[in-house]
Amino acid sequence: MSLRDFGPNELIFLLMATRWTILLALIGFAGGGVIGLVIAALRVAPLPALRWLAGGYIQFFMGTPILIQLFMAYYGSSLLGFRPDPWVSAALTFSLNGGAFFGEIFRGSIEAVPKGQWEAATALGFRFLPTLRLVILPQAVKLMLPPTVGFMVQIVKTTSVASLIGLTELARAATQVNTVTFQPVLVFGTVSVIYFMLCWPLSLYAGYLERKVGQGLRVRTKQPLLLAG
Amino acid sequence: MQTALQFGPVLIHLDRLLVGVSQTIQLTVLSILFGTIIGTLGAIGRSFGPRWVSWPIAAYVELIRNTPLLIQLYFVFFSLPMFGLKLSSGSAAILALSIHLGAYATEILRAGVESVPVGQIEAAKSLGLSSYRIIRHVVLVPAVRAVYPSLSAQFILQLMGTSIVGAIAAEELTAMANNLVMESFRSFEVYIVIAVIYFVLVQAASLIFAGLGRLLFRWRA
Repeated sequence: MSLRDFGPNELIFLLMATRWTILLALIGFAGGGVIGLVIAALRVAPLPALRWLAGGYIQFFMGTPILIQLFMAYYGSSLLGFRPDPWVSAALTFSLNGGAFFGEIFRGSIEAVPKGQWEAATALGFRFLPTLRLVILPQAVKLMLPPTVGFMVQIVKTTSVASLIGLTELARAATQVNTVTFQPVLVFGTVSVIYFMLCWPLSLYAGYLERKVGQGLRVRTKQPLLLAG
Repeated sequence: MQTALQFGPVLIHLDRLLVGVSQTIQLTVLSILFGTIIGTLGAIGRSFGPRWVSWPIAAYVELIRNTPLLIQLYFVFFSLPMFGLKLSSGSAAILALSIHLGAYATEILRAGVESVPVGQIEAAKSLGLSSYRIIRHVVLVPAVRAVYPSLSAQFILQLMGTSIVGAIAAEELTAMANNLVMESFRSFEVYIVIAVIYFVLVQAASLIFAGLGRLLFRWRA
C-alpha cells in the first residue's frame, strides 16, 4: 500500500532536487579544476619534495572510496568544533577529490608537450612558473579538454553518493519519493532518465573532442580516469 | 582533552573489521567474475554480432555508463521484488555491481577486440580454425592483453565502488564501519582506520593485478 501515487508533483519534486545535483557538480568541477591546476604544477615542479607531496595527495584521493572521504569530512568537521554540514562537507570533498583527478589529467597533458619547449623557454630565461603559464599550458589545454569533459560525467554521477551523508539531491529525493509512492520502477526509472540526460550529452561531447584530438598527441595518465559511482 | 583522537575503541573491534574486509573482497571478486563474463560476451556481440545484437548491447553500455551506480543499486534492489524476484540485499548488490562492471568491461574489451588486426582473423580462417577457436585464441587473448591495464584499473574502481552498497543494507567494510560508529561514537577515528584499510586493499589489488598480468602475458607481442 502506498501513501500516494507518482504524479506530476513527484516529478517536479525530483526535477527541483536535480538543481542541487547540478550545483554540487559545478562546485566540484570549479573547485576541483583550481586545485587540480595547483596539484599538476606541483607534480611537474623542479623540487622533488613538492612532486612527492602532490603524488601522495593523488594517491590518497584516488586510492580510497569517495564515500569514506565524505564521511571523514563530515565527522572530521565536528571533531574540529564545527557543526557538521552536508553541503560544506560535500563541497569540500568533491573539490579535493576532483583536484586529484584533474591534477592527473592536467599533468598528463603537460607532460605530452615536447620537452624541447621547456628547454627553449629556459634558454630564453623563463623561470618555472612563467614557462608553465605562458609556454606549456596554452599548448596543453587542447589535450586536457577531452578527459576534462569526460571527468565531468563522473562528477555528476558521483554526486549521488553525497545523498549518503544526508545531502538532499536527486538520489536522495528519489529514495524519499520511493518511500511514499512505493513505485520503484517508475521512480528510479525517471531518475535514471534525468541523470542520463545530464551525462549523455557530456559523454558524446567528450567522445567528439577525443576523436578530434586523437590524430595528434595522446594524453597518457597512469590510470584511466573513471570513477565508480 | 576532548578532541583528542582515540583509536583504542576502534582497534579492539579489529576482528569485525576483518569480517567487513572479507565481505568487501567477496563482493568485489564475485562482481568482477560476473562482470567480466558479461563484458566478454558483450564485446564479442558488439563487435561481431548482427545489428539486433550489437545495438541493444550499445544501449546497455551507454545507459549504465551515464547513470550513477547508486541508482542502479536502488533500481535492482527495489524493483525486482515488483516482478516477483525477491533478492537478499547481498545478492542484489552483487547483481547490480556485476551489471555495472559488465558495461565498462564491454566497452574496454571492445576496444581490445578492435585492436586485433583483421588480417590476423583472416589468417586464422584460412588455416581452417573453427569460429570458437578463432574468437577464443586469435581474438580474445590478444584483446585482453592489449587492454589489461585499463581492465585492472576498472577492477580496482570496482573494489572502491563496493563501499556504497551499504545504502541497500548489504554488508561490507563501510557498512561495518557505520555500525562501529554508532556503538563507539568515535566516528572520525573509525573512518581514518577504514580509509587506511581501503588504501592497503587498493595497493594490494594493484600489485596482484600487475603480477597476474606479468604471469599471464609472458610471451612477447
